[in-house]
Amino acid sequence: MDRRSFLQASAALTLGVSSLNASAMGGAKVVVIGGGYGGATAAKYIRLFSKQRIEVTLVEPEQSFVSCPLSNLVVGGSRTLADLSRPYSSLTKHHGITHARDTAVAVDPVARTVKLAGGNVLSYDKLVMSPGIDMNFASIEGLPAAQQQGKILQAWKAGPETNALRKQLESMPDGGVYALTIPEAPFRCPPGPYERACQVAFYFKQHKPKSKVLVFDANQDVVSKPALFKKAWADRYPGIVEYHNQHKTVAVAAAEGLIKFDVHDAAKADVINALPAMRANKIATQTGLANMADGRWCGVNYQTFESTAAKDIFVIGDAIQVAQLMPKSGHMANNHAKVVAAAIVAQLSGIEPNPQPMLTNTCYSFIDDRNVVHVASVHEYLANERTYKVVPGAGGLSAEASELEGSYANNWARTIWADMLE
Amino acid sequence: MRTCSILLALLTMQLTFSLSPALAIDSIEPQSLSAQPLYVQSLAATCANCHGTDGHAMNGATVPGLAGRNADELVTQMKAFRSGERNATIMHQIAKGFSDAQTRQLAEYFAAQKR
Repeated sequence: MDRRSFLQASAALTLGVSSLNASAMGGAKVVVIGGGYGGATAAKYIRLFSKQRIEVTLVEPEQSFVSCPLSNLVVGGSRTLADLSRPYSSLTKHHGITHARDTAVAVDPVARTVKLAGGNVLSYDKLVMSPGIDMNFASIEGLPAAQQQGKILQAWKAGPETNALRKQLESMPDGGVYALTIPEAPFRCPPGPYERACQVAFYFKQHKPKSKVLVFDANQDVVSKPALFKKAWADRYPGIVEYHNQHKTVAVAAAEGLIKFDVHDAAKADVINALPAMRANKIATQTGLANMADGRWCGVNYQTFESTAAKDIFVIGDAIQVAQLMPKSGHMANNHAKVVAAAIVAQLSGIEPNPQPMLTNTCYSFIDDRNVVHVASVHEYLANERTYKVVPGAGGLSAEASELEGSYANNWARTIWADMLE
Repeated sequence: MRTCSILLALLTMQLTFSLSPALAIDSIEPQSLSAQPLYVQSLAATCANCHGTDGHAMNGATVPGLAGRNADELVTQMKAFRSGERNATIMHQIAKGFSDAQTRQLAEYFAAQKR
């Protein structure tokens, strides 16, 4: 029997019994916590893969999604946050997803309920957590207070802080110093800090050419696309960007503009943009899901993304303990979401989850307002090793920065936002 | 829509077979058959980030849509990316991540989508 005649035969066979399928999956409830690249995609694809048979509630306090990818361009001045925002209402309109504009404050894995800040309690058959990260401000002395006073910003979640950082740069006199401190990997968006250095330098080069960008990196070297970023700094921003590896920031003093390191001499800056160590968001850690790396990240069964700490709870996106060479990126979270959506639909239909899920990743970085470099990879799940590995020979980097890749990066953003929300 | 209804029908099969074994067809393993379309649909979703959900590109996209394209043509293009015969900034790197069998599954999935 060839594929086509099989499909026809099987479709005919099941005509009379489709109600059985509806009763298997129908009425099942999935709650998704977090409307970022992972959560919004999971919500939409559970509806798509189940043919709208599974009820999905997305718990997300905001009215609109704001993209972290491309938000460095807001810091650089060539985009606005409005350019990077899309309403969640299309998920309700096109896919029948319930948007609970609220924050999850407690999960009971035994009763299978999610308590919301507004007081409502949602029950679930399966729970997807795509909670993102929390900043460990206390890992840098002086940062918690400076953060609360709005003097030292992270702007590592696109939103008001992104605009506030831009304003700090606009207020800085020409000849001033902007310093970006980078924690040890893993952190959200591996190329993000280096792209940000490019964007701030792009702004300085046009408007404040005597100013400097100092990058203090706790890592041995630039974590992502090192050769491409270093070439951009040397060719496009000579005398503006200074990169210092193996500089782990241990303390900041906002009033004096002082940054202290574990070994090296202290540095001074007019604008300090300190990225502290990161970990899985609080809702995941307090539910007991962060069982890896000293309680920082959530362990998952990579075939399905089901938590290794709690049944029927799935964790995706930046909060997970990543597999080898798996970046904490928006594109990767979107791909986690599709694996989790298929796994949940399979489980609720009584079939085996895909034994060989695949993931792709593309990280585009803007080195000015138009020219872009990328890193790409393809990851396959290996059942015998119970993890993802990059497919040998696949993936790679840009040969050089180009406007053509800039057009692809813009296309990627528009398309992935639609893929998750429309 | 056609593919969606087939998917749904196939999802139903495992249950059908378990309840009515008399319906089973010789040499067909019910579970793998009912699961396969879902697996292919989720495999195809790895393309959606750049090519659009189910291969439907955005208006004015700089990356082509895949929905409703000829399956053999899609396979030929993927092979040309892999061999380097067709130049690319990124697609040659992605194409190398998928086996011949996966490429064929993807091509047939997208060919079955309405343009």
